[in-house]
Amino acid sequence: MLRLPRFRLIEPRSYGEAAQLLAENGAGSLDRTRGTPTLRVMLVAGGTDLFPNMKRRQFTPEVLISLARVRDAAGIESNGHLDISAGTTLSAVASDAGIRERYTALAQAAELVSTPQLRNMGTIGGNICLDTRCNWYDQSLFWRTAEGFCMKTNPDVVCRVATSSPRCLAVASADTVPALLVLGARVQLEDASSAREVPLSELYREDGISPMAMRQDEVLTDITFPESDGWRSTYMKLRDRGSFDFPIAAVAAAVRWDGSRVAAARIAITALGSRPLLVETAASQLVGTRLDDVTIAVAAEAVHKVARPMDNTSGTISQRKRAALVFTERALRSLRPA
Amino acid sequence: MSEFSVIGRRLPKVNSWTHLTGEARYADDFFLPRMLYGRLLRSTRPHARIRRVDVTRALAHPGVVAVVTGADMPEKMGIMPSTQDETALAVDRVRYVGEPVAAVAALDEDTAFDALSLIEVDYEDLEPIFTIEEALEREDVKIHDEAKRANVFKEVHLSFGDLDGGFAAADHVRDDWFFFEGNTHAPIESHSAVASYGSDDKLTLWTATQVPHYLHRELEKVLGLPRSRIRVIATPNGGAFGGKSDPFGHEFAAALLSMRTRRPVKITLDREEVFYAHRGRHPVKMRIRTGVKKDGEITAVHYQSWLDGGAYASYGIATTYYTGALLTVTYRIPAYKFDGVRVYTNKPPCGPKRGHGTTQPRYGFECQIDKIAEDLGLDPLDYRKKILQPPNSRTVNELRITSMGLGDCLDALQRATRYSERRGQLGRGKGLGLAGSAYISGAGLPIYWNEMPHSGAEIRIDRGGGVTVMCGTSEIGQGSDNMLASVAAEALGVMPGDVHVVSGDTSLAPVDLGSYSSRVTFMAGNAVRDAAMKLRALLVAAAAEKLEVPAERLLAAYGRIYNRDDPTKFVAFADAAVLAESKHGTLVAAGSYKPPKGIGGSFKGAGVGPTPAYSYQAAVAEVSVDLETGTVTVDKVTTAHDCGRALNPANVEGQVEGSAYMGYGEIIGEEQVFRGGLHKKPSLLDYKIPTSLDTPVLEAIVVESVDAEGPFGAKEAGEGPLNPVIPAIANAVYDAIGVRFDETPITPEKILDALGKRDRRGEPKTRIGPDGLAERNGDPKRALRRLTASTDARERKRSVE
Repeated sequence: MLRLPRFRLIEPRSYGEAAQLLAENGAGSLDRTRGTPTLRVMLVAGGTDLFPNMKRRQFTPEVLISLARVRDAAGIESNGHLDISAGTTLSAVASDAGIRERYTALAQAAELVSTPQLRNMGTIGGNICLDTRCNWYDQSLFWRTAEGFCMKTNPDVVCRVATSSPRCLAVASADTVPALLVLGARVQLEDASSAREVPLSELYREDGISPMAMRQDEVLTDITFPESDGWRSTYMKLRDRGSFDFPIAAVAAAVRWDGSRVAAARIAITALGSRPLLVETAASQLVGTRLDDVTIAVAAEAVHKVARPMDNTSGTISQRKRAALVFTERALRSLRPA
Repeated sequence: MSEFSVIGRRLPKVNSWTHLTGEARYADDFFLPRMLYGRLLRSTRPHARIRRVDVTRALAHPGVVAVVTGADMPEKMGIMPSTQDETALAVDRVRYVGEPVAAVAALDEDTAFDALSLIEVDYEDLEPIFTIEEALEREDVKIHDEAKRANVFKEVHLSFGDLDGGFAAADHVRDDWFFFEGNTHAPIESHSAVASYGSDDKLTLWTATQVPHYLHRELEKVLGLPRSRIRVIATPNGGAFGGKSDPFGHEFAAALLSMRTRRPVKITLDREEVFYAHRGRHPVKMRIRTGVKKDGEITAVHYQSWLDGGAYASYGIATTYYTGALLTVTYRIPAYKFDGVRVYTNKPPCGPKRGHGTTQPRYGFECQIDKIAEDLGLDPLDYRKKILQPPNSRTVNELRITSMGLGDCLDALQRATRYSERRGQLGRGKGLGLAGSAYISGAGLPIYWNEMPHSGAEIRIDRGGGVTVMCGTSEIGQGSDNMLASVAAEALGVMPGDVHVVSGDTSLAPVDLGSYSSRVTFMAGNAVRDAAMKLRALLVAAAAEKLEVPAERLLAAYGRIYNRDDPTKFVAFADAAVLAESKHGTLVAAGSYKPPKGIGGSFKGAGVGPTPAYSYQAAVAEVSVDLETGTVTVDKVTTAHDCGRALNPANVEGQVEGSAYMGYGEIIGEEQVFRGGLHKKPSLLDYKIPTSLDTPVLEAIVVESVDAEGPFGAKEAGEGPLNPVIPAIANAVYDAIGVRFDETPITPEKILDALGKRDRRGEPKTRIGPDGLAERNGDPKRALRRLTASTDARERKRSVE
């Protein structure tokens, strides 16, 4: 079997200490002595994505800072509004009664991540920070050597997906993110000296190489949510199999009802581009309506328009683009009052 | 009450617990003192000349003990003696990405891995060939210089009966093209071998192989070591499905590294390497012309196949013949022509996968039979029943048919699924499909020409009544050890749990040709039965003397030899053993089996197809198609299988269900596909073998035709049941949405294309499939250009922006 490269593991007891260690070990700096350029220091939470990537030598950090032993890193608090600690496992998120009832899309999305074993290890914070994926990139060192590598690891090489693309087209693939987006989640980020809170929607950018807008010396510590009053939400995922697979198209939708009319709505997609996306042009169509079929079709059309899958995941472009449309329709229909 | 005490009972397999608890020792579980770890350096080029291999830096790397390259083992090898075109490690040419080039042995795995990057290989790239069409045409590019025409590996033409007359007499002729995409076995255990060359100058190789005997021969040839000094032990295979039935580079490399270092060497492939080892299902293009009378009676069939063989021969010559050989054994065909071509391409070699070479044509033919039934307004199930090849007959290509239970299988399916009433009645998006098929119970001929038995077995009874069965079969999870124990136990009157089985060991057990072509139950079963009956005669004679009754009146069961008229009069098995040994000396007997002569023709190419008995099976699939997303869900597969007699019904059902699962995976999503020579999905995340959540409800119905020559009437159950599942699902999708899928796999993309929903301009189609030999999927070299692309275009685009 593939084996891990050598690395030094540090297990701090607090997020502050972790941030301190990031800074001390040269957060964000690249090591160019280990074949392809690689981050010198990285954070690891559940490790379900990072360790396979390291076995394939996509990352060969010298230092890994594990968040597994950070005190109080896991926990779900719901005192009026919901607060999930970043180290909470996906299994815990998926099975929490409060989340299932009031933040349904998130529970559904967490439950659809990979396999039960990986959900028991994988964390919500790790899923939010998941590396973008591409089937020209998520391959072994041997395979990528035969390929001649790609832009994501070697900036002087083309993007294999579209050789004239000026940017990396790797795909945002985290299930929980669109669900979090439609639930209005905000994330707490901590560096060695301070903390800040930003809407999750501001955390991503359309760039397969650097998909996260957070700084390399920051640690994601908590996810907070507004009140869920009157909101109903759902998540739908396209994948080849009933387990194991990353999304190849996914839609989350949330609607707040005011009587028989929609008072507010959000729709988000992922796996259809390099960043997860809140589709305002679709959601805005829904406000004030009863979610009739015509309205839903208009919103679905808007989602279809912004979905830009490329040929770098399982499935095909047209299948995934169509799923964006169909799943938007199905998701919205399921949110109508019973 | 049954006449048997073991046969036909749902006894647990003798090795169930060791498999369930992980106690079974697979090859990778072996750790020997002073053992080194090996890894293979593999080609990064699809087609290149090797100018130079420099291992100096790797050898100097601390912890590296030895390095070997192709030049150390230049002898040609391969499973079929007539087409040996491979070397253990590439010598001067590489022909696919992933082909082994060199091997390193080091103190630990990490060091071996690191050392690979220190081996320098100087490649001179050659133009690669990736498609059947190109392989047929390109005289200027030769993957193997020996190929006479372009890159044709083998071309066969066989004709039987009056083909022209048959077509002339037909009222209706169907002419259809099909394509079956390649796929691979994906056994959960990756290949692994541990070699130990000791101070006695003898080599022992523990390896996950289906063919210890053939490997034994190839080791002698390649290593230059007499076979008398080599012992091959086939470890329990954690799944094989045909993927471990070739001799492989890592087996020779481990052996040679051990000979060089005089230390044990283990090489275990990682998952990606298993995809390169491959030897899986050939991609096959097919054209089938079938003539029928108004009532459906077949007048002639002309079957043509083009096989994409990948870079080397493997079993390719047999595969090529198998695509044409077995179409004739299910339905009456009075005139038949078969043309087959297998070509070389720069991809991992294709070989035998469960159903070897018969799966692809069976898919095409059963889809076509479904179309013919529709053309003629016949119920597909009744139609098949009307045209069955009769039992105890000869096919037009001279194959001997004995027991034949396809009709019973179809009846059983009709009872279980009410197919005929429900077909076409489930509403749009839901469908029911049917197909039949057949398979061999072992190839009629061995891989190398000889007059010796195909299977030998030895049984020893010790003084405590212990029974040891020794047979060269390889336990690949199919239950062969349990079969050996059960047959011996039934014959001797003990229980399978009382029997020790020594299998797959070339030093301890007589030769069995191997666990391929579904031959083990029939052939090794007969060999064991032969040996056991000889010992039984001695035991019964001894007991008869003691009990003072004629031997004919004695029966043996449950550890006793007893008077059938008065079972209270008995001799315990262990006591009978002591009596018999006192009288006859050590209780050892050997048995053997060789298929009878005359089961096939004598024309060139007649060696592939004959078998002592054909298994028959049919399946009904029920599917749901999501008309908006194109997703196909297979809700249920019901398979009826004629296995002659179920020696252990639970094990037969397990094989039937496992086959249905595998067939389902092949048509719904699995594909061994490439991008410019690079495997597109060499991992279990990306190569979509179904998970338990995807697997349809599976039902197995055992049909027993009790074959006159099989051990206790048994025939095969391990491969045939895969074949009908694939066309049954394709026919069910047709029933659901009215679209014929004349190519596999049936993906959501193709469903959307057929429904006219692929894009905004889409038009509905009634058929998805090839119209001829030409590629449908655009430009095969496009991916190659992506791989060689420079950054120029990107920079131009950047400067514009």
